[in-house]
Amino acid sequence: MNHLFPILTALAYLLSFGLYLRFLGAGKKPTGRLGTAFLGLGLMAHYFALLERSRGLHTVPYHDLYGSMSLFGWLLALTYLGLELYHRERSVGAFVLPFVLVFFLAAHLAPADRLSPPAVHGVVFVFHVTLSILAYAAFALSFVLSLIFLGEERLLRSHKLGDVVWRLPPLELLDQMSRSSVLVGLISIAIGTALGFVSVDRLPGQNSFYDPKYVITLLVLALYALYFRLAGTTAWRGARASKLCIFNFVIVVLSFTVVNLYLSHSHRYF
Amino acid sequence: MEIVLVGLNHRTAPVEVRERVSFTTEQARRAAEQLRARGILEETLVLSTCNRSEVYGVPPESSHECAPGLSTFLSEFHSVRSDVLSLSLYHHYDREAVRHLFRVAAGLDSMLLGEAEILGQVREAYRFAHEYGATGPVLNRLFQGALEVGKRVRTETELGTRPMSVASAGVKLAERIFGKLNERRALVLGAGTISEQVVSYLRDRGIAQLQVMNRSRDRADELARRFGGKVVGWGEWDAALQSPDVVVSSVGADEPILRRDMVERAMAARGNRALFLMDLGVPRNIDPSVGELYNVYVYDTDDLSEIVQQNRNARESEVPQAEGIVDEHVTKFLSWQASVELVGLVDALRVKMREERASFIRSRVETMKHLTETDRAHVEKLMDEMLEKLLLEPAERLRGEKELRRKIQNVEALRDLFLSKREKP
Repeated sequence: MNHLFPILTALAYLLSFGLYLRFLGAGKKPTGRLGTAFLGLGLMAHYFALLERSRGLHTVPYHDLYGSMSLFGWLLALTYLGLELYHRERSVGAFVLPFVLVFFLAAHLAPADRLSPPAVHGVVFVFHVTLSILAYAAFALSFVLSLIFLGEERLLRSHKLGDVVWRLPPLELLDQMSRSSVLVGLISIAIGTALGFVSVDRLPGQNSFYDPKYVITLLVLALYALYFRLAGTTAWRGARASKLCIFNFVIVVLSFTVVNLYLSHSHRYF
Repeated sequence: MEIVLVGLNHRTAPVEVRERVSFTTEQARRAAEQLRARGILEETLVLSTCNRSEVYGVPPESSHECAPGLSTFLSEFHSVRSDVLSLSLYHHYDREAVRHLFRVAAGLDSMLLGEAEILGQVREAYRFAHEYGATGPVLNRLFQGALEVGKRVRTETELGTRPMSVASAGVKLAERIFGKLNERRALVLGAGTISEQVVSYLRDRGIAQLQVMNRSRDRADELARRFGGKVVGWGEWDAALQSPDVVVSSVGADEPILRRDMVERAMAARGNRALFLMDLGVPRNIDPSVGELYNVYVYDTDDLSEIVQQNRNARESEVPQAEGIVDEHVTKFLSWQASVELVGLVDALRVKMREERASFIRSRVETMKHLTETDRAHVEKLMDEMLEKLLLEPAERLRGEKELRRKIQNVEALRDLFLSKREKP
């Protein structure tokens, strides 16, 4: 397999992370712009790395743990870039890029997977998986934003501003960014889950609708809908909403790990 | 093509002198016209702000020679005795004048290090002077360079990003919580000088609604009228605290005027919407325990002063980088200046050599009667070719000189050696 694109991806993400970190530390705008440019390059190289691997193995990227984690990292970076451009705010990049890098690199360290391909195929299934991973990526992003919110809020309340508070986004903007991210996740998971049920319905023979994954997905959907509803109210806006967002992401991680690996019959890596 | 600067600023002149030597736009235009008419300057730009009055110019003769004339002009123009004015004036020439302007545009020469307003003032001064035709190629290039320096320093360093006064630090902190303030409401308790300062910052940041509460209704009315706010009756706490996002308090009181129970009630009524309280009163106007309430942020004078001190240190640490940008652009400008001067010098030398050649031919070749017209034309052509060769080689070598200082020295030496004062480009 050609290693050019994975190496380029890792290099671009690393450079982007370094530049975002420098931007956060020194506040120089050109450094931040360069960070965004390298993130864009990393996304392109990552896309080609995924494409090349899928072509080589004649399968979808999420067929194995590598593909699933790598695709998650790519969608996380993509969602962040969209959010950064929409809100014109770069200082969060230094906190998001480590997650992107960890998922991308961990995918390469993951053991080789010899499992048979999933029973379901087709466009509907592809969209089900892609949208589900996109939703997880968006929720991960809102989790990072909520952590930043709580950290910044703590610094502001304790009057220990240091250098970093002047460069972080305002609390109100972090709140908005988190809600935008959750909205992307909510829409994706709602459509993705509906498409999942359609895929299962199309399978020949008797199909079980009692997979624990369905239950936890619906729970995640309900919890984030609740967050979205409450975060817009004055009483919850701020630290309370951020704490709820962090709690919700813990459930997502449970769904992604414990439920997928030990309880679900039809879900492995997404 | 020399540059001269004569001026005064907050370091060299007290406000009584500065205010007498300041220029309105119309005065700047008239000064430029008169300076040109009197043959003191060919290009002129007047930069006048509350902290400085400076005249930048390109003199027809040497810059050192025109400076006394410029000082006298300033003294006459503003009717200030020249012995009084001369104590405050500074003169800079060429490299130093360029460097001074670039430092001014970068905010390095400002009373408040890194202040942002100066770049806008330089831009406006240049725009006006350019519009009424007082500038020429040299000052155009110089001021475009200055604007570039100012922009780069603001983009690439943090010299101007952090607040440097208690009032602006408070307003900036409010922006850390709410983002832009243009949809926010503020309540100001007290109508003294400090309140006025904060209100001015809040208005600059586009605060949507302003309420003023003061024990003396007249002063509240006055402040509200000046800044387009509304007056709220003293003591109507429940109503007053319900809508604002930012509360600024600067009232003389022995005990806190905003107690925890009052703010608690207000927060319940406003559905816990975030509230930023700036307590600028000494003794403090707001009970410190108010800061423990959910979504309430309280900063007192000491907190804000500490932030200002941190910011001052942070700004000072950015100075070397900003100076580096200034130096880079000074070199760039001087290099351009030397190149332009070189072209002018070569042209002037060519003219002089052709004149010499013509007079040489007149005096020497005229006597050689045996030469035909064709021979004479041939001799003239040969001499022209030789002169061109003599000129081109050193000119190319000068053009290719990498070290700016050497290049300028050589250009000046060439000019001094071969051209008389009248012939200098």
